[in-house]
Amino acid sequence: MKIHEYQAKEILAKYNVAVPNGILVNDASEAQAAARKLGTSVVVVKAQIHAGGRGKGGGVKLAKSPEEAEKYASDILGMTLVTHQTGPEGRLVKKVLVEEGMPIERELYLGIVVDRQTSRVLIMASEEGGMEIEEVAEKTPEKIFKEVIDPVIGVKPYLARKIAFALNLEGDHLKKMVPFIINLYNCFVKEDLDMLEINPLVTTSDGRVLALDAKVNIDDNAMYRHKDTQEYRDLDEEDPLEVEASKFHLNYIKLDGNIACMVNGAGLAMATMDIIKHSGGEPANFLDVGGGANEEMIENGFRILLSDPNVKAIFINIFGGILRCDILARGVVAAAKNLAVKVPIVVRMEGTNMEEGHAILKESGMNFVIGNGMKDGARKVVKAIQ
Amino acid sequence: MSILVDEKTRLIVQGITGREGQFHTEQCMKYGTTVVGGVTPNKGGQTVLDNVPVFNTVQEAATKTKANATMIFVPPAFAADAILEAADAGIALIICIAEGIPTSDMIEVDKYLKGTDCRLVGPNCPGVISPGKAKIGIMPAHIHKKGNVGIISRSGTLTYEAVGQLTALGIGQSTCVGIGGDPIIGTSFIDALGLFQKDRGTKAICMIGEIGGSAEDEAAYFIKKNVTKPVVGFIAGQTAPPGRRMGHAGAIISGGQGTAEEKMKTMKKCGIKVVKSPADLGKTIEKVL
Repeated sequence: MKIHEYQAKEILAKYNVAVPNGILVNDASEAQAAARKLGTSVVVVKAQIHAGGRGKGGGVKLAKSPEEAEKYASDILGMTLVTHQTGPEGRLVKKVLVEEGMPIERELYLGIVVDRQTSRVLIMASEEGGMEIEEVAEKTPEKIFKEVIDPVIGVKPYLARKIAFALNLEGDHLKKMVPFIINLYNCFVKEDLDMLEINPLVTTSDGRVLALDAKVNIDDNAMYRHKDTQEYRDLDEEDPLEVEASKFHLNYIKLDGNIACMVNGAGLAMATMDIIKHSGGEPANFLDVGGGANEEMIENGFRILLSDPNVKAIFINIFGGILRCDILARGVVAAAKNLAVKVPIVVRMEGTNMEEGHAILKESGMNFVIGNGMKDGARKVVKAIQ
Repeated sequence: MSILVDEKTRLIVQGITGREGQFHTEQCMKYGTTVVGGVTPNKGGQTVLDNVPVFNTVQEAATKTKANATMIFVPPAFAADAILEAADAGIALIICIAEGIPTSDMIEVDKYLKGTDCRLVGPNCPGVISPGKAKIGIMPAHIHKKGNVGIISRSGTLTYEAVGQLTALGIGQSTCVGIGGDPIIGTSFIDALGLFQKDRGTKAICMIGEIGGSAEDEAAYFIKKNVTKPVVGFIAGQTAPPGRRMGHAGAIISGGQGTAEEKMKTMKKCGIKVVKSPADLGKTIEKVL
């Protein structure tokens, strides 16, 4: 689960990771008071959306007075911010974070991720703060310092020192950096994070180190044991159809094409999108109804697929294992009737109780197109919209 | 021959008294798998299905039944604990079906398992089947056929798709291993490839990967160096958008890494017959046999 910068900083502060003082503002009129309360000569006004590249898109401004802070807040609040991560449609800004300005000396990078190759937590550090780490990794990989963490001992002071020295820190900065890294790692593990990125991590001329920005993803599988962070979910940042699907435990992701698909299993669902593309069509979505789908789930799935106005045809691709084809067929017939579906439906069914399933589709008297195998199904659904 | 699972498998089921656990245990027994017991804490002493004894702990089950494999059907919040319990009791093959285990739990499990001789398959996987011999998992048995193609896959139903195509062509399988769709898993592509390479009953290998991570790339380099049998490969998610988790916890392109295109390129370079369309898996395997 993605969260906002201000939420990430709230979590960090709980673990004594230094972050700038900041005040969240929903209305521009509150920005001036917030800036006065912070009391620094300069404040930063930052758009809160779930996407990177906010600065380049005009979503981060330096204000030299409380009046200026209000002006920038009113500019940013309500704007549709377009960054390289939002896509061309951009994201509506509903909250801004007003933060104290910092006497910045250096901008560094610190990231913590789960490294799949070693099955360990990996800490990455670089002196190239403020840049996209992917870009640094591609152009100058030698500038990224990596440490794989043993889960039994975690991050001990020696290891934190090693990272701090690799960043060429000294004096007060070095001293402050050691607990900073240890606390950051503990936060990562205890809060079940997937990814924690501090970019930039800054050193200041008055001897401090702080997380100037913070990007945090929480492991969805671990949400059940973090009741407090569950409240951080911001439905405004998600596609409304995806939010709707998640209520019915359907795994749905909206795409840009016009051929909707309904599949059981994530791998087969991806492969179905692929084969639609190879057959000359464009998939409208990813939808995995899972192994335990019942009639109701299938009907809800249909409803969600049809709520996308781009959809011109539906391709159902099921390899029945636990999910029996007869149950699926009943669900499809009921959904097609109840929702008065007008677009062509191509059904490809194989596996458990496949004959019964086909019989149910036939007896319904409805106009389903039957695909003999994945390829034939994909070909027929592409043809149906031409 | 086959790998991992065969007539000598003596299986226990952790979570045998649950609805799903019991259903799939019965399916495995019907297929011919020797199920010697089950484990559910506080239900020791009972029996389920056709007189299968239930024990309180894996240790007790292992001692009394000489089990050499376990299938785990417990909710994700308790699954890592179940894997550790099985490993602590010395069960050689641990197959974890459960989906949704927190990654940090799996980091701990992985660390512990590296100090033992136990092999974990999964989690978030359909299990392992050696057609005609035994199955441990949730795959529909009837689509399989005994034969000489080994299958390794990160996905469940997509494996069934490949199996279905092969069986329709009259080509059987030696063993099908679902390694699971999570970012941290026990048995990797490389582990399973090594076993298939050594297995005299396997003549060709089908490897089904997906977007996210670099396991397929690592496997491709391993194949180039160590595998002499023909390998056919497919990567799901060629049309998946970056930064989105496609159903499986591990299926995500992050920071431009782990795309299907990139993996397919590496696999081709290492001598794997890569098919673009999942519908061509069966035919292509037929050609290399």
